[in-house]
Amino acid sequence: MFKSKIKILQLTVTLAACAFLLVPTILSILAGVTVNYFKGISSGLTLKWVYKVWELYADSIFLSMWLAICCLIVTLIIGLPAAYGLARHPGRLSRLLEEFISLPLAVPGLALALALLQLYGSMKGFRSSWTFILVGHVLYTLPFMVRSILAVLASMDLNTLEEGAATLGASPWQRFRDIVIPNAMPGILAGSLTVVTLSIGEFNLTWMLHTPYLKTLPVGLADSYASMRLEIASAYTLVFFVLIVPLLMAMQWASARAQRIAK
Amino acid sequence: MTLRLTNTAKTYPDGTKALMPTELSVAKGEIVSLLGPSGCGKTTLLRIIAGLENPDEGSEIWFDNDNVTSLPVELRQVGMVFQSYALFPNMSVRANIGYGLKMKKLPKAEIESRVTEVLELCQLQKFSGRATDALSGGQRQRVALARAIAPRPRMLLLDEPLSALDAALREALRDELAILLREFNITAIFVTHDQDEAMAIADRVAVMSEGHIVQSGTPEELYRNPNSAFVAGFVGNAMHLNGKCDGKMLHLEGGALVLPKDGAGQNAFIRAESVKIDDKGTLSGQVENVTFLGNHYRIGIKGIMPDTLISMHSGQSAPKIGQTVKVAIRPEEIMLLPEGVNKN
Repeated sequence: MFKSKIKILQLTVTLAACAFLLVPTILSILAGVTVNYFKGISSGLTLKWVYKVWELYADSIFLSMWLAICCLIVTLIIGLPAAYGLARHPGRLSRLLEEFISLPLAVPGLALALALLQLYGSMKGFRSSWTFILVGHVLYTLPFMVRSILAVLASMDLNTLEEGAATLGASPWQRFRDIVIPNAMPGILAGSLTVVTLSIGEFNLTWMLHTPYLKTLPVGLADSYASMRLEIASAYTLVFFVLIVPLLMAMQWASARAQRIAK
Repeated sequence: MTLRLTNTAKTYPDGTKALMPTELSVAKGEIVSLLGPSGCGKTTLLRIIAGLENPDEGSEIWFDNDNVTSLPVELRQVGMVFQSYALFPNMSVRANIGYGLKMKKLPKAEIESRVTEVLELCQLQKFSGRATDALSGGQRQRVALARAIAPRPRMLLLDEPLSALDAALREALRDELAILLREFNITAIFVTHDQDEAMAIADRVAVMSEGHIVQSGTPEELYRNPNSAFVAGFVGNAMHLNGKCDGKMLHLEGGALVLPKDGAGQNAFIRAESVKIDDKGTLSGQVENVTFLGNHYRIGIKGIMPDTLISMHSGQSAPKIGQTVKVAIRPEEIMLLPEGVNKN
């Protein structure tokens, strides 16, 4: 394996790149479990800071999870029929609509948040409720859901499959339930994981929309960096990692699977 | 079940007339083929019968004594085999076949026993647990057929059921399909562009062109008594003897022929098997190409008419390319037909 110089060079570059990405992460995580960061690891390891994070920010962790679940439900309710409609009627108008749904991807989160504030900012009850953040998250994640399902649906002959079911006596609702949803499942799964991951990690938009009583996980993270000791902020990063990394891995797996089917 | 269509037409929103007002009756247990080139309206007609396409105002579709014109597809109780088969990829072979029975809300035990029965009939027992994408083309076709007949539909509709298969398999499955359809003892309509397929499977063939049924009859009737140049050309590949007509004589580039009767205003057609290479023949032309086909030769002869005249020659040896040959055609084998498509 180490016979040629090129191989050695390749390995060195790869390891260097890994170190570049991993070392800061590991340092940050270590800082979260070190008794005193300024004295270093020699001061001993502790879970004290992690408990402290839980005490201070458990609410934002639960809020983030709640938002992610609600966001998932809403994007499914809107996204599945939307993707189905676009797949059933391909054409210029559908392409245009698809681009329109995808617009929030191109517009910075801050601009999106500003627009929401301008429109709904005066509606006090709505402005200060968690549903306001939910609206932002749905706007931002919907294109991922729609595109993910649409890619899978567009890869099969949906019209003929439904006609087949219709000649066998299936009503429009039965066709949707028995044919469309099961065959769209890989896309639904990939889209769902993407939506949950994005919703939990979203900062830009949420930071603009949040109120002091409604901090999500990433907003809480920014808050802890700004106002707490470094160990607490680092422990917070650790908690964040534990939540987001498994989701990220599941998302990768589901997307790869959906892409394979779409081919 | 008998099927009766009256005044059935289809105009698409963009104004395209896919189907001109058409009358069609199919008797109980009859197997009818809709034969025609692509774009002739045969698939549109089939989809209208199935309920997948809405016909124009004034059309009427009768299943026995029920007017089903405005009945949606899911209530029409027709079985359909699609060109692409449209098997549900999310279900096993067994679940595909059982789907129509499930939609009828039959008890589980009855579904099971009927699926097993149909699996046996179509010789699919071995594949019942498989996913549909783990089947060969021929097996998929059988599953599509089994799924369509399992709910005991009033009528079976097949849209080019063999065209997705390769040539060798198509011929074998053609005969198998003909046998199965008769075993089911069901009224069936199937659409094809392949005259051999139509001849092999159907009791009656309806030849379609440009949105019309131009002639309908048994395969023998269509072959022996075509009512138009189109039918003669499409069923049995008749060739147009393009020349000048003078009473009972037809003058071609390569000589003159006697017609069975006065040919004024009509076109003369001949089939390749009626063109004989014979030293006593009145026509002469040059051999352009020779194809050996086992028990006979297919010989192309030029110089007799503007197009190449094809002869099916069943001798032990064939003339060489470039050789001048004499050709004889018996008057009674010449078909005299009105010009163009006969629109009834």
